[in-house]
Amino acid sequence: MPVALLDLLANAAIPLKLTLKVALTATAGACLAGIGAGYALSRRGLPGRELLDSLCTLPLVLPPTVIGYYLLVVFGRKGVLGQWLEETFDVSLVFTWQGAALAASVVAFPLVCKSARTAFEGVDQGLENAARTLGAGEGRVFLRVSLPLAWRGIVAGTMLALARAMGEFGATLMIAGNLPGRTQTLSLAVYEAVQAGRDDEAAFLVVLTSCVCVALLLSSGKLLNRQIR
Amino acid sequence: MSLELDIRMTLGAGRRSFTLAAALASRGRSTVLFGPSGSGKTVTLRAVAGLMKPSAGRIVLDGETLFDAGLGVDLPARERGVGYVFQDYALFPHLNVAENVGFGLGRGLFGRVGAASKRRVLELLDLAGLTELAQARPGRLSGGQRQRVALMRALARKPRVLLLDEPFAALDPLLRQRMRREVRAICQAAGAPTVLITHDPDDVLEFGGTVALYETGAVRQVLEFPDGPEGGRAARDMLLAAHFGAYAESTLAPCPGGYSQSCETTQP
Repeated sequence: MPVALLDLLANAAIPLKLTLKVALTATAGACLAGIGAGYALSRRGLPGRELLDSLCTLPLVLPPTVIGYYLLVVFGRKGVLGQWLEETFDVSLVFTWQGAALAASVVAFPLVCKSARTAFEGVDQGLENAARTLGAGEGRVFLRVSLPLAWRGIVAGTMLALARAMGEFGATLMIAGNLPGRTQTLSLAVYEAVQAGRDDEAAFLVVLTSCVCVALLLSSGKLLNRQIR
Repeated sequence: MSLELDIRMTLGAGRRSFTLAAALASRGRSTVLFGPSGSGKTVTLRAVAGLMKPSAGRIVLDGETLFDAGLGVDLPARERGVGYVFQDYALFPHLNVAENVGFGLGRGLFGRVGAASKRRVLELLDLAGLTELAQARPGRLSGGQRQRVALMRALARKPRVLLLDEPFAALDPLLRQRMRREVRAICQAAGAPTVLITHDPDDVLEFGGTVALYETGAVRQVLEFPDGPEGGRAARDMLLAAHFGAYAESTLAPCPGGYSQSCETTQP
């Protein structure tokens, strides 16, 4: 029995590593884009603010397969950006882990964006104005006042984004496929194991995924909250 | 210092809108904007600081045009060289006292504070008796200490004028007495002219100078008194008289203190 368990673990190591790589990359991307978008959306003067906000929320509402389809249209071999990427950089996102990361980050983006917007709107405008009268430009106001004061809300959103990116399935399957060793993340591996009737492997992967998610959320939450405080 | 302003602006819309039409000119070390809450004093101050944009008019400080709707001039707040002490002090809760005071001395995107600036922060903390609290967060400070931090933070950049928005309203009466004297002494030591907003005649007592009387969004009258406590007494007596409804008479009669005064009436 221990031998079988070790076997399962060895088999699971590859999708596990891939999942972590994809999820962390996706979270970093979603975090940067989400903070920027959330800040822009929290500014009163932005024209068409509510329309932009609903566009940013769209990935949360649309079925992941629809997002995957959109991504294929844009980043696929014949897509507008995909063609350009292939011609200039010789890079293709289809059937690669980078494609999986892109899909996961698009799906996770609204979670950061929404929480960041709320957090930025919660920052006392008087403090931002105080910084302006003290000679700070908008960049410094953002880095020294708004961002540190909105940090907790952003961390909460980033945690949700990480959780979402870990479990991404639909959009990833659309753009990156299900290639064992290359784009097969844990959630895809579970699906395949169940489909193929490998119940032991499926059960093991499910328990492993759950444990990894809990550990990741606990540790990264602590880490992020310790900074800038 | 010389401050000239003539601005118009409308806030809100519909039935709850508020129109401010303020005109005043002031030279000297102290200016007081006096009037009841909601009469447009704070809006005027925010317009001078560049935190609100008037719809028409101009603001000139020491000969430099800060705002002119006709010429399309509107300096951003950071370039106006104006210090602002907010009514609630607006101290940065995530920074300690020294970092708060040094905020305006920072350079670049991350606000790095150089060695010379750090020395200046220490001097300012010493001047305000805050040296021991340098590492404390604002949340731990008392009302008077918070006010001193806000004052020092605004003075650190050597502003051309210091704008004080109801600086004593949030303090208890005993402390208020002391802080009036202290704030004026510190401003005088720092060589910063002040524009003070208040609805409390006792605040005028310590500052004196040019007193602009605000009423429902307009400057009704601009009265000139000597700067400091000597002019402040006459100014306060007059404002108290105004409180008792003898406003019109007292502006015509000679001042109780016997000071000469030039009363110019601006258009309502």
